[in-house]
Amino acid sequence: MHSVKGLGELERTVMEVLWDRDNGATAREVGRALADDRDLAHTTVMTVLDRLAKKGFLVREREGRAWRYRPVATKEAYVAELMLGALNMTGDRDAALAHFARSVSGDEADLLRRALDEVEGT
Amino acid sequence: MTGTALLALVAAGSAFGAHRLTRARWTWRTPRTAIFLWQALGLAWGLASIGTLLGFGVAPYGQGVIGGVIRFFTDPHALSPIRVASVAAGLTFMLMLIAMLLAAIAGVVRARRRHRTLLALVAHGDPEMPGTLVLDHPAAAAYCVPGVRSPKVVVSAGTLKLLGPYELAAVLDHERAHVRERHDLVLLPFTSLRRIFPQARIITRTLDAVELLVEMAADDRARRHRPAKELATALLRFAAARPAPTPAGTLGVAGDALAAEASPILIRVRRLLAPAPLPRPLRGAMLAAATLVAVLPLILYAIPA
Repeated sequence: MHSVKGLGELERTVMEVLWDRDNGATAREVGRALADDRDLAHTTVMTVLDRLAKKGFLVREREGRAWRYRPVATKEAYVAELMLGALNMTGDRDAALAHFARSVSGDEADLLRRALDEVEGT
Repeated sequence: MTGTALLALVAAGSAFGAHRLTRARWTWRTPRTAIFLWQALGLAWGLASIGTLLGFGVAPYGQGVIGGVIRFFTDPHALSPIRVASVAAGLTFMLMLIAMLLAAIAGVVRARRRHRTLLALVAHGDPEMPGTLVLDHPAAAAYCVPGVRSPKVVVSAGTLKLLGPYELAAVLDHERAHVRERHDLVLLPFTSLRRIFPQARIITRTLDAVELLVEMAADDRARRHRPAKELATALLRFAAARPAPTPAGTLGVAGDALAAEASPILIRVRRLLAPAPLPRPLRGAMLAAATLVAVLPLILYAIPA
């Protein structure tokens, strides 16, 4: 059995495979795509795909006796979601994350640029 | 009845104190003490408000708040309807605060879990920055996802491009300070309060004030091991690079003087470049006063009067 970290790493690798394909993939295809990097048991690949589907990152449909898995959203969409939270544009402070600096108004940005010139000039 | 009157006084006093504290500037000279004072005020306000309602209700028993409430459950008929209503209001308020706090915590935990899961899938590590995750996005962002098991500091590719190596190191130190000092736990009750009372101006301003203090505390930590100027220029460069679109229907800040006065970024930069920490004896006195504020309502709960 993999450690938790190993499993997370595997999920990431599997998602990369699926994001690279237009048409999704079956467990066997994912296993084949990863065969160069690492030798994984077929059941391991199936477990990872099943977990990702349960978490809502993949949808699956029947293809003969196997399942074909597709990503629900693109990688860019997830990055954008994280960045919106990070830029504090989601309108709430739900995750109570501490930000290095909040977004500022255009006027304030001008002011900060001038202050930066001053500080760097000293 | 004296106890109840004093509790009412503490409730009003802590609300007034919070009002004054949102405008205070000396707090910037000792952010950690000020954060503790905020926590004490919040606790005192909650306990004293609940205690006032309960105390008024059970006053006829003459056994204080705690003794009176215990007696209320065995012998409620001795009280007039208005007293019973007061006890009910006090208990409802208490349960509501507790339930809302728990709901807010659950919401935060859920939002964070989603955030972490997504990070695990799309962010990548950098061998030069252990414990830091990088998001491939051109905009500037730096923040931390706190947690007991594996706190994460996250920076965007835009940040890496924007900042010089020393500035970046200063930012990472700042974020690690948030993680180490569990500033997320400091913010949690204040965030929850704002969820419970979204209309209350005083609470929004309180949250703003505490957030600024938390940033200052992290700034102070980051400045310990490196020149403050690195963090100051990082802060200016970083914030200037991310102007928010002005939301429709709102006006920009009128005039530079006002903006300079009110800009939290400039306030932080100024105190980084010209620090003026409060003398130790004064800080000690503040800590003692804050402790007293927090403990006072509990004492008043217990006295049988």
